[in-house]
Amino acid sequence: MPDRIVGQPVARKEARDKVTGRSRYVDDLEFPELLHGATVRSPCARGRIRGVHFEGSLPWGEFTVVTAKDIPGKNCITLILDDQPCLADTVINHPEEAVVLLAHPDKYLLEEARRSVRVDIEPLPAVLTLEESLAQKEIVWGRDNILKSIAVEKGNVDDVWARADFIIEGEYRTGAQEQLYIEPNGMVAVANSTDGVTVWGSMQCPYYVHKALVPLFGLPENKVRVVQVETGGGFGGKEEYPSMIAAHAALLAWKSGKPVKIIYDRAEDMAATTKRHPSRTRHRTAVSREGKLLGMEIELALDGGAYATLSAVVLSRGTIHAAGPYLCPNVRIRSRALATNTPPQGAFRGFGAPQSTFALERHLNKVALAVGLTPGEFRRRNFLREGQTTATGQVIREKVDMSRLLERAFELSEYSAKVKRFAEENLGRRVKKGIGFASFMHGAGFTGSGEKYLASIVGVEATREGRVKVLTASTEIGQGTNTILCQIAADTLGLDCDRVEMAPADTAAVPNSGPTVASRTCMIVGKLVESAALALKQTLVGSGLLPAQYTPEEFAQACTRYVEKHGALKTFSQYQQPPEIQWDEENYKGDAYGAYGWAVYVAELSVDTLTCEVRVDDFIAVQEVGTIINPVLASGQIEGGVAQAIGFALYENVVWHEGRMANSQMTNYIIPTSMDVPRIRVYFEEVPYAYGPAGAKGLGELPMDGTAPAIVNAIENATGIIIDQIPVLPEQLMELLEVSRA
Amino acid sequence: MPDEARKVDVACKVNGRDHSIRVYPMARLLDVLREELHLTGAKEGCGEGECGACSVFLNGQLVNSCLIPAAQAHNAEITTIEGIAPAESLHAVQQAFIEAGGSQCGICTPGMIMAAVNLLERVPQPNEEDVRVGLAGNLCRCTGYTKIFEAVVRACRQMREQVRA
Amino acid sequence: MRSYLPDYELVTLASLSEALALMGREPGAWKPFAGGTDLMVLLEAGKLPHKKFFSLWHLQELRGIRVTPEAVTLGSLTTYTEVLSHPLLQQEFPLLCRAAAETGGVATQNRGTLGGNIANASPAADSPPVLLVYDAELELVSAAGSRRIPYHEFHTGYKQMRLAPDELIRSIHLPRARPPRAHYYRKVGTRRAQAISKVVFAGTARVEAGVVRDVRVALGSVAPTVLRCFDTEAALLGKKIDAVTIADAQAALAAEIAPIDDIRSTMNYRRHVSLRLLEDFLRSSQGGNGPSA
Repeated sequence: MPDRIVGQPVARKEARDKVTGRSRYVDDLEFPELLHGATVRSPCARGRIRGVHFEGSLPWGEFTVVTAKDIPGKNCITLILDDQPCLADTVINHPEEAVVLLAHPDKYLLEEARRSVRVDIEPLPAVLTLEESLAQKEIVWGRDNILKSIAVEKGNVDDVWARADFIIEGEYRTGAQEQLYIEPNGMVAVANSTDGVTVWGSMQCPYYVHKALVPLFGLPENKVRVVQVETGGGFGGKEEYPSMIAAHAALLAWKSGKPVKIIYDRAEDMAATTKRHPSRTRHRTAVSREGKLLGMEIELALDGGAYATLSAVVLSRGTIHAAGPYLCPNVRIRSRALATNTPPQGAFRGFGAPQSTFALERHLNKVALAVGLTPGEFRRRNFLREGQTTATGQVIREKVDMSRLLERAFELSEYSAKVKRFAEENLGRRVKKGIGFASFMHGAGFTGSGEKYLASIVGVEATREGRVKVLTASTEIGQGTNTILCQIAADTLGLDCDRVEMAPADTAAVPNSGPTVASRTCMIVGKLVESAALALKQTLVGSGLLPAQYTPEEFAQACTRYVEKHGALKTFSQYQQPPEIQWDEENYKGDAYGAYGWAVYVAELSVDTLTCEVRVDDFIAVQEVGTIINPVLASGQIEGGVAQAIGFALYENVVWHEGRMANSQMTNYIIPTSMDVPRIRVYFEEVPYAYGPAGAKGLGELPMDGTAPAIVNAIENATGIIIDQIPVLPEQLMELLEVSRA
Repeated sequence: MPDEARKVDVACKVNGRDHSIRVYPMARLLDVLREELHLTGAKEGCGEGECGACSVFLNGQLVNSCLIPAAQAHNAEITTIEGIAPAESLHAVQQAFIEAGGSQCGICTPGMIMAAVNLLERVPQPNEEDVRVGLAGNLCRCTGYTKIFEAVVRACRQMREQVRA
Repeated sequence: MRSYLPDYELVTLASLSEALALMGREPGAWKPFAGGTDLMVLLEAGKLPHKKFFSLWHLQELRGIRVTPEAVTLGSLTTYTEVLSHPLLQQEFPLLCRAAAETGGVATQNRGTLGGNIANASPAADSPPVLLVYDAELELVSAAGSRRIPYHEFHTGYKQMRLAPDELIRSIHLPRARPPRAHYYRKVGTRRAQAISKVVFAGTARVEAGVVRDVRVALGSVAPTVLRCFDTEAALLGKKIDAVTIADAQAALAAEIAPIDDIRSTMNYRRHVSLRLLEDFLRSSQGGNGPSA
């Protein structure tokens, strides 16, 4: 038997293709007689469509033109509430809303055509901010602009205020954030009424796209095929949006009878597709003299944009994470997702938790100050321990030791010594140093009964030659899906990793293992791979063709004999919710997640008070996420997530003009370069989780949650300035510093 | 439809092979490489010279191919990711990216590798700052750059050893 | 690609004199195209109304850095990479190398040219403020002949310059042989690399016994053009660098600049940072001469 493969830094499966430029992303695919597709979009935020005019002297007869009337089935992008049209028909609800689709073989002429289509809109008053929506300046969605509300109630929070020694309030805001995968959205479609619809493209969730295309075309499920090709980053931005662009490409293909490729340029991708929900969180906290949390009242509001998309689920995760990894006997959380006339917001790594974690970790520093404790000591007195309950009443059954993580993070960062040293050295210095931390958790997998509802299926197949294929719809988007799922299968079967490969994420070939989101791929899907592989082994052993202990060669021989005798050797495994997980969706009570990642992050930075530029000098990320399947891939995830969250905290600002992103180019939407990010230092603790493959949990989103508050806590430490919204741009910091000086 | 009369003849050498093509004079070199020559390693990430995913060598210089008009590539020697190592072998930088985990989604990787190769050719013993500066024109959204730095350090060590050997 | 490519022409001419002849025959009909780092971005965005260009890139007459005892003459096609790596420029005109190093990344520096940067006339350009403090002169050339103009007279308004439709920038002259002085440059951008500037500050000063004997101050991103701050210089000349002088100079600077709110930054921030950079420049020059910030 080879050594354990799980836990090894096995090289990424597709690394060679990636470093040689051989990987084929959607825009690298060639099709005969390909047409290029383009989308004509609304220039204004809200209105009634009066007409569409084809102007200029173009050979319009050469173009394929699609409007809402050409949709064979339902004009809707099926997701949760089914309120979003594929193409606007009579009304516009946000800038950049798609109205007309065009296709032509010449991509330059196509652009001329796009410029020459005028959508005549009679404007209606629009709601452009969270405040306007809450105030119901106009009703732009449903009866009250509320896409979703959630209420969490633990204990009796109304009783605590009278007996509290301290009551601390605060309001915290986060802005929109663009995922900025370096590969823009793109799809190629081939479609006709005889053969059905096939799309190839950049995406995270082939089955989401499949689910959306079926009713759009009114086709049976087996006539729609969705194939994920090599995808250049997703981060949630390619969770639900691909259904829209796939629908557009497919409609053009359907009407023209030719393959159609739509590739967004960067400006279109930034302006038209989903972003992170902007948020406003209000905290009111009752604390005892001893620094114990008595009660928390939290109000969370998210700006969901014009249609519901995934707002209900983002709100859910934001809500559940709002009270953090702390013991508080009385909690009330009221959250709402609001509609505005801006392009719909959507999934972005963290999915509500970065927003509410930012608020909480800023707020608890304020609380600590009020009580007269250090931020660290306050956390220690309130960290959740095994056996205690969360805000939803979930009993923590993991061996969590947040105090230990805190201690380790402090040690690695020399936190206490630096707090002292910076306080002394900063006096009279232009460049002030600061250090700050955040302690947080992130639930892995879908919330509550979500995984039960998904009922994911995974398959494992052994070929005649004894090679193994893993059959999942889970996509490689850079995070390492291909590699870790192969490692898990190889490990379970006692084979070398290079005997195992992933089947293509093609709905015609693989079962629905659920979406590639929510930090679930390793923990949930990986576990199913493990059990399917185990079932395969048991099938071979049970058939008498393989002894219980075997060599890889014996395995191959057994596969040959099995296939010759019985035909295909394929086993499947379907998700079974661990019996201990009990969730009450109506009352939002119970076991929100099967397992959590736990973390403490420390940021050390410099603030140049001349320009108020902030530079992160050092970053320590300590987390416990169960067994690490692949240390290189795992640390890569944390490093990348921290860098994205440094952007969220310090650089990435969406400038809105009349509901549209005005800075929709990379020149003006700023993400960190190699000069802006320090070496990110990552440390893992491993407490194996019984229901994870080899004991693994999820970690993909975790780094997004705690980085921004750690940074803003450090800025406060450096300058004494209290900032309660991100991004912290030098302009804002300067205003606050000026005010504090005056 | 394509207006052939407005195209111009461009002769260039790409990865050691001579090519003669007819393209619009302001067609981007990036598109010429990808569409006329089917070399899809260089990628479009931004179309404005910010992300570096389109990086190639033009007459030995690292450039953003999305900003080079085809007419200015006439008589030029171009190297793309497909040509930085002979046939089925790997450049030390490519090998290092595999070993160090410098590539996640891979879309920035060809450009990043071109920039790293360029750096190591000009500064064989770069310090941390040199590496950051050398790669500052290549944006990555997945890795946070840490493993890219490690890959460059690893490649540097490897290339030094090759020179010694 | 938001422009209709077939409409665009980019011709290659055999020599500078052919290029000038073309420009002379049809002034304004054909425009020069150097490295393309600005023009191609506009083309991509569908914001390049002019369609007929001639390429300068291969014209050797516009390349090269010539050194005489009196001046350094940089051909207008000198790239940032060439500036960065030139030992004499590093020695005597270090701010030019600093500005070049902070312009885009390596790939941009290989293709961006000083002449292209000047002709693009962005008020946020990184090198032009340095050229201003180094008393640069431009040599402009046409089929009819050549002329020189002090660079500080060149830009007359937002994207407006003293360049006739039949003229090209041939070279940039930087006078040498000056007594040692303090050099100061700071670009404040949106991030540490690949950034458009929010404020650019360039300054040189000769300070003897704490008194300003000679001074140049120029800024970018705080006015419709890059700005040589004559009033600020006048407020400093002959003065001892102390708190009063600094305050006076800041008042003069505040009156000379006209920063705005835009997509990248705010008027207030730009003003504050400009005044602080001036102070930092003056304090760091107090001690004597040689490159500082």
